[in-house]
Amino acid sequence: MEIVIRNSGEQPIYEQIFQQIKTQIIAGELKSGEALPSIRALAKDLRISVITTKRAYDELEASGFINNIPGKGCFVARADMGLVREHIQREIEEHISAAVELSRSCELSLEELTEILNIIYGES
Amino acid sequence: MNAIEMKNVNKALGDFAIQNLDFVLPEGCICGLVGENGAGKSTTIRLIMGALRADSGEIGVLGTDVNSSEFIGTKQDIGVVLDDAFFPEVLNASQIRRIMRNTYVNWNDALFDSYIRDFSLPVSKPIKDYSRGMRMKLAIAAALCHDAKLLVLDEATAGLDPIVRDEVLDMLNEFTRREDHSILISSHIISDLEKLCDYIAFIHEGKLKFCEEKDVLIEKYGIFAGTNAQFRTIDSDAVIYSESNGLGGVRAMVLRDRIPEGIQLEKCSVEDVILNTVKGEKKR
Repeated sequence: MEIVIRNSGEQPIYEQIFQQIKTQIIAGELKSGEALPSIRALAKDLRISVITTKRAYDELEASGFINNIPGKGCFVARADMGLVREHIQREIEEHISAAVELSRSCELSLEELTEILNIIYGES
Repeated sequence: MNAIEMKNVNKALGDFAIQNLDFVLPEGCICGLVGENGAGKSTTIRLIMGALRADSGEIGVLGTDVNSSEFIGTKQDIGVVLDDAFFPEVLNASQIRRIMRNTYVNWNDALFDSYIRDFSLPVSKPIKDYSRGMRMKLAIAAALCHDAKLLVLDEATAGLDPIVRDEVLDMLNEFTRREDHSILISSHIISDLEKLCDYIAFIHEGKLKFCEEKDVLIEKYGIFAGTNAQFRTIDSDAVIYSESNGLGGVRAMVLRDRIPEGIQLEKCSVEDVILNTVKGEKKR
């Protein structure tokens, strides 16, 4: 697991950690049951406050991505496939609505758009 | 447990006084102590170390009252670096090692030698021929080599070059990898503290103005930069300090959650918060 903190962005540090760990869990890079580094170890490696790291872990726990077992540490939660699918589906919807908007702007018909989708889907 | 606990502490020193100081440093955390010259930072640190006796109030360090007789034993677990290394000037590093070995029960010779090497300090040169930076490095090395649980640093990084300062910050960061290790550090270089600390405590004229999580501090406030007309839409209670720049509009530090929607705020640093708080105070 690697996390890269950028100080330039508007995004608060805890949110950067939250997003990056979430992405890695959804992508399957972090497997369910896998132990996450301790809050303190991660904070010291990232050279950030322990409190910031704790906040990121708290949010991950609240969103159901990790489990905190007192005295043992944090573990990636059993992958709730429904939840993961939900997240991915929402992302797909966003991309498709962008595609539809673009199509409308140049008066591309639904048939033509479906045609493109069929070709691309078939290719990969 | 709290590493440091101060309850309603008062101490008068001539015309200067520490007033009703309540301060807590939770175990495992790093707290930065900030304030102007003469604000009471060093006095606070001397109170914590038992070098000064408070007129009233309670001070506990690592669970021991600083005025109790057990505090002598507790001092074994505290590493202190003051704004200069107060070692006898005629001694050299290896003689200081010998004194320290007999002072601290848990003194670690090998660790001290490795710091001396890392800092490339001359072993046989007397301290009086050391530069200021070298003296500070020696003091920091000595504070880290007796398995302390609490480090107290008073302007310890002043006079160090940026590269060494960064090394020292890294060492302090490593020090708190252990859950029972805490640090209280005072410095005028706020950017250093911003990098290192979990909490920032701000002392002004002998009073503790705030002691807040660094993240909360940065998120609570924002910098407004806009026209005079925009500025007038902001509630005056939400403004900590504002500066009118003529044709340049207004620049102000404001409470983020009191700002009407649609007004963009810049992120502020700990330094912005401190400067604007002091300036706002003076204007009042």
